[in-house]
Amino acid sequence: MNIHEYQAKAVLKDFGVSVPAGVLASTVEEAVAATTALSGTIWVVKAQVHAGGRGKAGGVRLCHSQAEVKQAAAEMLGMTLITHQTGAAGKLVKKVYVEQGLDIAHEYYLSMLVDREAEAVAFVVSPAGGMDIEQVAANTPEQILTRVVRHEAGPDADDCAAMIAKLGLTGRAAEAFPGLADGLYRAFCQTDASLLELNPLIQTGSGELLALDAKMAIDDNALYRQPELAALRDTGEEDPRETEAAQFGLNYIALDGRIGCMVNGAGLAMGTMDIIQLKGDKPANFLDVGGGVTVNAVCEAFKLLFSDKHVKAVLVNIFGGIVRCDLISLGLIEAIKTHPMRVPVIMRLVGTNEELGKQIIRDAGLDVRWAADLDQAAEFAVAAVGES
Amino acid sequence: MSVLLNKKTRVICQGFTGKQGSFHSAQMIDYGTTFVGGVTPGKGGQTHLDRPVFDSVADAVAQEGAEATVIFVPPRFAAAAIIEAATAGIRLITCITEGIPVQDMLAVKRQLAAFDCILIGPNCPGIITPGEAKIGIMPGHIHLPGRVGVISRSGTLTYEAVEQLSQTGLGQSTCIGMGGDPIHGMDFIDALRLFEADAQTEGVVMIGEIGGADEEHAAAFIRDHLTKPVVAFIAGATAPEGKRMGHAGAIISGGKGTAEAKFAALDAAGVAVEHNPTLLGRRMQALLK
Repeated sequence: MNIHEYQAKAVLKDFGVSVPAGVLASTVEEAVAATTALSGTIWVVKAQVHAGGRGKAGGVRLCHSQAEVKQAAAEMLGMTLITHQTGAAGKLVKKVYVEQGLDIAHEYYLSMLVDREAEAVAFVVSPAGGMDIEQVAANTPEQILTRVVRHEAGPDADDCAAMIAKLGLTGRAAEAFPGLADGLYRAFCQTDASLLELNPLIQTGSGELLALDAKMAIDDNALYRQPELAALRDTGEEDPRETEAAQFGLNYIALDGRIGCMVNGAGLAMGTMDIIQLKGDKPANFLDVGGGVTVNAVCEAFKLLFSDKHVKAVLVNIFGGIVRCDLISLGLIEAIKTHPMRVPVIMRLVGTNEELGKQIIRDAGLDVRWAADLDQAAEFAVAAVGES
Repeated sequence: MSVLLNKKTRVICQGFTGKQGSFHSAQMIDYGTTFVGGVTPGKGGQTHLDRPVFDSVADAVAQEGAEATVIFVPPRFAAAAIIEAATAGIRLITCITEGIPVQDMLAVKRQLAAFDCILIGPNCPGIITPGEAKIGIMPGHIHLPGRVGVISRSGTLTYEAVEQLSQTGLGQSTCIGMGGDPIHGMDFIDALRLFEADAQTEGVVMIGEIGGADEEHAAAFIRDHLTKPVVAFIAGATAPEGKRMGHAGAIISGGKGTAEAKFAALDAAGVAVEHNPTLLGRRMQALLK
């Protein structure tokens, strides 16, 4: 689960990490009032959406007067921000964060993640701050240091020395770094974060280190013990279909193809998408109904697929182990009571209660096309889309 | 021979009397597994599915000589259940539970280093030696005792491969689901090493997916150490970057962990890569002719 920049900064502040003073604003008036609350003569207005690349897209504006803040807020609030991470649809800006402008001497990159190979938390640092880190990694990988934290207690003197050297910190900033690293490590572990990215981390003219930007994601599996963070969920940032599916315990991800998929199991769901592409078409979605699925959830899943106007055929691929095939059929029959089967449905049912599942469909007189295996199912689906 | 599990292995279940634990324990017993009891704290002394219930894993080890356990407890208790099993001297720990926080698994892996045990999973279907025993949730009837080892990050996609191996008559020596979590126990290399050493196993089907670099490491290991043929499929060639595809570990981030890169690494290592997940059985059949 991603949280907003202003939320991440509030979390970091609790762990002693320095962040610029800022005020959240939902209206132009609030944004203007924020300039009075914040001292100084320079402010930055930042669109609050869950996406990187805001600066280049016009979602971050440096302002030298109240009038400029007013204009920036007026332009940003209600705009659809399109960055390289939002996709073509973009993200609607509903809030802006007004921050005090700072005297920036240097910009750095710092992020934290769970290193899967080392099975530990790792820092990634680079003196090339404020840039697209993937570009830096591709063009100048020697500018990036990944430092795995081997001790449960957090980064030790060696870890800090290595990162200080890579960042090129000296003087006051070098002295401040171990405290910053410690605060970030505690923040990361204690909030069950899966990603924390400060791009940039800055050094001011007086040698102070601050998180000028903050991107943070929390481990979904840990939200049960992070109620304060769970409350920060902004469903407005998610695809409404994904949010709806999640309410029924379905794992759904919208894609840009035209063959709707319903599968049990994440691996098989991906495999089904892949074979559709291999046969020459594209999947409209990833959908794993999961092991503990109910008739009601299957029904909702079918409704989701039938109401998606991009979907020109539906491929059902069930390898019943825990999931019973009859339950899938009952879900389909329930769904078409309100959502007519407006596109061809191709079904491949094997495993637990396979015959019963097929019988239910036949008894209901539904016109579905049966496939003997996944390969055939994909071929039928691709052919059906071709005919439409 | 087979790897890790045979019909003599003495198996227990943690979370024995719960809904999932009860259902799957009954299936494991039906399959012929030497299933010697289960653990549910507070219910020690009772009998469930004609097997004794214990308060702790230590009791089950002391009284029934349990060697292997399968864990069905809820995510928030799963890390403690794994450590309890290891501490009690269990040598094969299979954790089915999905949804364990990553920080918990990091702590589990740090602690397990002190024990001589193997962890399979979490978030996995388990392990089965066809015709002998099964520990987990896979449908037993699709399996056939035979010649091919299977190691996979997916559950249902493994069933797909297993069915193909059964239909071609090759069958399986042992099938291991390593699970879909980013931090997990046994990996491809651990399984490949066992399959290479196992006389019954003549070839290996490996099923990977997007995210992480386990497949790339496996490729290097296969190149240097495997004499037996390997057929591999990677799920997620069509998955978009930055999206978690159902499994916690199935995510392409920063351009890393793509199916394309994994296929390429395996191909370069001499593995028979297969882009169509329905052709794994036939591909292996051609190699073992």
